Amino acid sequence: MDFDLTEDQRLLTDSVARLLGDRYSFEQRKQLLAAPPGYSEPLWAQYAELGLLGLPFAEDFGGFGGGPVDVMLLMQSFGRHLVLEPYLATVVLAGTALRLAGNEAQQGELIPAIAAGELRLAFAHSERQARYDLTDVLTTAKAEGGGWVLEGAKSVVLHGDSADKLLVSARTAGGRDDAEGISLFIVDAEAAGVARRGYALRDGSRAAELSFSAVRLPAEALLGERDQAFPIIEQVVQAGIAASAAEVVGGMEALQAMTLDYLKTRQQFGRPIGENQALQHRAAEMLVNLEQARSMAMLATMVLEEPDAADRARSISLAKVGVGQAARFVSQTAIQLHGGIGMTDEYAAGHFFRRAMVFEHMFGDTAYHLDRLAEGIE
Amino acid sequence: MDLRFTPEEIAFREEVRSFIRDNLPAGTRERMRLGHKPSKPETIAWQRILNAKGWAAFNWPREYGGPGWSAIQRMIFLEENLSAPAPELLSFNITMIGPVLIQFGTEEQKRRFLPRAANLDDWWCQGFSEPGAGSDLASLRTAAKREGDHYVVNGQKIWTSTAHHADWCFCLVRTNPQAAKRQEGISFLLIDMKTPGVEVRPIISIDGSHHLNEVFFTDVRVPVENLVGEENKGWNVAKYLLGNERTGIARLGISKAAIRRAKEVAREVRMNGRPLIEDKAFRIRVAQLEMDAKALEIMQLRVVSAFAKSGGKKPDPLSSVLKIKGTELLQNSSELVMDVGGPLAMPAWQQELEAMSNEPSPGPDWAAQMAPAYLMLRAASIYGGTNEIQKNILNKAVLGL
Repeated sequence: MDFDLTEDQRLLTDSVARLLGDRYSFEQRKQLLAAPPGYSEPLWAQYAELGLLGLPFAEDFGGFGGGPVDVMLLMQSFGRHLVLEPYLATVVLAGTALRLAGNEAQQGELIPAIAAGELRLAFAHSERQARYDLTDVLTTAKAEGGGWVLEGAKSVVLHGDSADKLLVSARTAGGRDDAEGISLFIVDAEAAGVARRGYALRDGSRAAELSFSAVRLPAEALLGERDQAFPIIEQVVQAGIAASAAEVVGGMEALQAMTLDYLKTRQQFGRPIGENQALQHRAAEMLVNLEQARSMAMLATMVLEEPDAADRARSISLAKVGVGQAARFVSQTAIQLHGGIGMTDEYAAGHFFRRAMVFEHMFGDTAYHLDRLAEGIE
Repeated sequence: MDLRFTPEEIAFREEVRSFIRDNLPAGTRERMRLGHKPSKPETIAWQRILNAKGWAAFNWPREYGGPGWSAIQRMIFLEENLSAPAPELLSFNITMIGPVLIQFGTEEQKRRFLPRAANLDDWWCQGFSEPGAGSDLASLRTAAKREGDHYVVNGQKIWTSTAHHADWCFCLVRTNPQAAKRQEGISFLLIDMKTPGVEVRPIISIDGSHHLNEVFFTDVRVPVENLVGEENKGWNVAKYLLGNERTGIARLGISKAAIRRAKEVAREVRMNGRPLIEDKAFRIRVAQLEMDAKALEIMQLRVVSAFAKSGGKKPDPLSSVLKIKGTELLQNSSELVMDVGGPLAMPAWQQELEAMSNEPSPGPDWAAQMAPAYLMLRAASIYGGTNEIQKNILNKAVLGL
């Protein structure tokens, strides 16, 4: 057990903090939001140069050979600036699927391209009717003429609009809620029969509705074993939870700093509002919640490499609940302590608030994960 | 950053767990499993078993009989001891007066008191709070006047836990009422509870038990060699004591044991015709508490390891976070246990048992201590600096408000 950063980790966080400090002010971010693709292409290239896009991948594939802790630290830095680039979608979600399920040819082709900043991916799993149920897959892939034909639709696919390739889950056997019979496919986003409709989520980050109409795939589009993708999908989502939890912790840090600053400077009744004990105690409660979230994001990170699937799932659910509840408290309290200014779109607090809100409703919300935990109680 | 326990730490946990399993007297284990507080003899017996093993003074330096453990090991040890559940080491002896004497005591004081504190040959109590000095400790008024080679102590302490068991009391007294700052006229005295003029009166708390006391001092003569540190510098000693490593402040093991207990009993009682353990609302409540416990566990590890990294010098203001979250969990988990008990948790079986000690309990054994534990733990957010005071500390020390 050691909570200190290694020298490499310190260098990583310092260089990312410098880059984002220069390039990711609230105003700069606003400009990115205003025009397609909704994030910065030049920064994406810089992330590649810094080795961030290859962070969790093996050095053999042009990666950095980092682990979950490195990703956690990076995501925390991203969270402090509400970074918009498709890191979660490409490196964390799709990257995890490729690492866990890709064959040598697939990894050799795609991972170096990701690391070089030349390939963006999206993980297209959730469907409109599924809500948070990971087994609820209706999209189908039928074996035909030595390849596959893909039919169906995916919903709220993070960064699905600008991805070059899509990792799409589809049913190759079984019925609606069966864990068995789901397979993953690598699909070119420009392939005939793929339709994409992009939009912004409530926090400004991008997502898309995707549909697949008689999309023909070659045999080698299959990622991992036929019918056996579900455990991979679960692990991809777990990696997504750990990474986005860390991101939200970074956001909460920024939100707390901003709120403290406001409490110390905003004058009412002839003195800073932070001299009121009622507000001081709410600020202290924000800190307590932030520390809880930080601890639980660490837990999520720590268990990603836990071999026991049940233990891992349980810890991830604990973490999602802990971070989700804390994020809700911290972001709501931040708005309240700011008063009117916190309600305005031109002030940063509301943007952090909306990021936390979107986080809570990705990968299973608090009620969903509490329910899973409750199911598992012995 | 590596967030896993090392194989050595895992092995250590196993060693502690099996030692407790093999050496904790069966009667004590069973009574504590049912939620009873350990009796005085049970507490003494267990601390002596641990002391014989070299573990009682778990946080003292090796030269004073400590085991020389790392901060993580100390945390593991406390947690295993609490969740066994086994009697807690007497904190007044081990985490309060022991470290204080090691830091500020004379050689004579160390020689005289430390081994007896470790072995619980002397039971210590803490004379800090007064009727007019609770959270605002520095306003204390109990006076000690120097007369030759004695101090003469007059005044009153309150909320003194286990004073009725105690052989000795470490006390904050005012030696200079004229000091410019209130903190500057305070001294730290060791008072033998058998000295003439010391009177202990019980305070019965809402759980029906006698745990708290008032202690009155009337012309109590205390030899000057019982002064710890310098005269009028007692505030520094008190600050050291309160800011000293607070690994155990969250008492997580108690909460974990309570959650386990709630689940055990929930298998035996029913709700709408089915075992309560199958009830969704109950399970959600348990899940929430298990989440809180896990968050606390990691927070504790973080605080402990930061403390160790600072060379044990810097008390972490985040220990206030531990205090707040830890006591909330103690309260919520005891509340859950009581709610599982339902109507059977309500009768005061305890008093009944005490009145007719030869009769079997009129109610199930598991029900007897549910309400008392819940009631007593309302104090958790009050003692050791109320949770509101902890928030003030966070504001000052961390947030700069």
